[in-house]
Amino acid sequence: MLEFERDLDELRDHIAELERDPSADANSQVARELAVLQLELEARTADIFAHLTPWQRVQLARHPQRPHTQDYIDRLCSDFTELHGDRRFADDPSVIAGLATFEGRSVIVVGHQKGRGTTENVERNFGMAHPEGFRKALRLFDMAERFQRPVLTFLDTPGASPTLDDEKRGQSWAIAENMARLARLRVPLIVTVIGEGGSGGALALGVGDRVLMLEHAIYSVASPEAAAAIIWRDSDHAEEAAAALRLTAPDLLRAGLIDRVVPEPDGGAHRDFDTAAANLHAQLAPMLQELSGQNIDDLVNARYAKFRAMGEHQIVPAG
Amino acid sequence: MAVRRRGGMQSYPDVPVDLWVTCRKCGAMHYRPEFEAALRVCPSCNYHDRLDAAERIALLLDDPDQFREIDADITAADPIEFSRPSGSYVDRVAKARALTSRNEAIVCGVGPLQGRQVALGVMEFGFIAGSMGSATGEKITRLFEHALRHRMPVVTVTASGGARQDEGLFALMQMARTTAAAARLGESGLPHICVMADPTLAGVTASFAAVADIIIGEPGATIRFAGSRVVQGTLRRRAPVEDHTTEWVLRQGMIDLVVPRRELRETLARVIGHLAPAHVSAVAPVAAGAARV
Repeated sequence: MLEFERDLDELRDHIAELERDPSADANSQVARELAVLQLELEARTADIFAHLTPWQRVQLARHPQRPHTQDYIDRLCSDFTELHGDRRFADDPSVIAGLATFEGRSVIVVGHQKGRGTTENVERNFGMAHPEGFRKALRLFDMAERFQRPVLTFLDTPGASPTLDDEKRGQSWAIAENMARLARLRVPLIVTVIGEGGSGGALALGVGDRVLMLEHAIYSVASPEAAAAIIWRDSDHAEEAAAALRLTAPDLLRAGLIDRVVPEPDGGAHRDFDTAAANLHAQLAPMLQELSGQNIDDLVNARYAKFRAMGEHQIVPAG
Repeated sequence: MAVRRRGGMQSYPDVPVDLWVTCRKCGAMHYRPEFEAALRVCPSCNYHDRLDAAERIALLLDDPDQFREIDADITAADPIEFSRPSGSYVDRVAKARALTSRNEAIVCGVGPLQGRQVALGVMEFGFIAGSMGSATGEKITRLFEHALRHRMPVVTVTASGGARQDEGLFALMQMARTTAAAARLGESGLPHICVMADPTLAGVTASFAAVADIIIGEPGATIRFAGSRVVQGTLRRRAPVEDHTTEWVLRQGMIDLVVPRRELRETLARVIGHLAPAHVSAVAPVAAGAARV
């Protein structure tokens, strides 16, 4: 549980306790108290979530109970068939990918997958993909183009895995090749940042025709800890880094680096997976419909122009 | 007082400091005129010391006076109004501009390489550690677009600490943007050769550099994805001490060849000649966007 959620949780516990009270019939004192507490919970939740600091959003984005890629696929799609392996080296469980039906059409879905609990998190390397994870994704991107199926990707990673073994297998090359492929892929592509969009490891699945972000997701040049290590030479400054980096969905929408913010249910996506997924579905469905109707050359050119425009520079006055 | 010209210099009283230089890698001391004559290659350990953009351009082109720089007036903005404890980003850029006499961390242009016009982009490590921000990305993207429009091979020389943190997600997006431009050039049949010099790291290694058709490493350069500070910051453990050198990434199969500095120009000309025979560039320039996209 997060620090700022503690008060809310105490209230929730209190409410649950009263609800179990046998004397809580319609007009009792208990029922009236319950109604007051429920209003208070709503008001306090709304107040806290209206004033979230960047660091609180980082914590929400990483909430251990937050819905992960698999949770969204289960709710957005039917008959997901997971496909494994990069046909080169290994299957990387920190990336899941496969075929699924979304809104009656076959799509390719790919996303970073974090675990829930220590055992699964270790197995999935906390969502930090290895080169073979990105190469599994690349294999599926190629398949999408060959069979003309649109691609939905889900971003949720602290960053690409940075160990010596990852360097050995060409982590930089894996990321760059994915971006190059996605930039030119001749099918519609929609990217959703569902939790943590961390650095190059996120971008390796993040080049698309549209980029959506869940309300409390983050997307950053480096994780706050890595940025703090680079800037302050000390990862303990992560909270300051989070504030300085402008990594929240509203900030990035204003900056023009993402297209849409997907609202989360009260208290965050981890409170209600179904509503979070339904909100995402409501944006994805018409978007995919619209993109699928476009001429593919126009779509690829527009994608190039979209990323071409991401940057702010100035011209030094002559003389 | 003698000016400390490049990293690693030691000073001794009464000795003209500029006369001696210590190797950044092995610490051996060399008589500067000899070291310069050897193109700043350490005779003891073969480390190829860093060159600034002007020195690199002089090394690669037939005649550096024929280098026509493009987009020299592009410089950084401050998209996220960023400050470090050590000062604002705006100040950092101003200092870097004063220090290097460049407006950004890459110098781009066109010039003759063994008689052949090439689009050349050389990173300036002295400018905020050669880091890639929006303006850097803009210049790299324009270089690929210029080459596509005028049907020229592209040569990039990388020396960079990676994405420029001071621009937040804008910096990360330069990876996608430059890689997309490189990928589009790739569809046109024009080659992109990347020379990875010391150091080539993170957001630059993992973007346009890694998707080059041919990657040449300079001996002894550090080439890697995650810097040791990042590894320590994210994994909360010490980075492996293994040195991620050119020779190591060659053994891992990630780059094509390692070329001594003295042979670099000739090697570039040779591989470009194989991939894009000179008559290709004689073809009339195609309008932007007319190439298959």
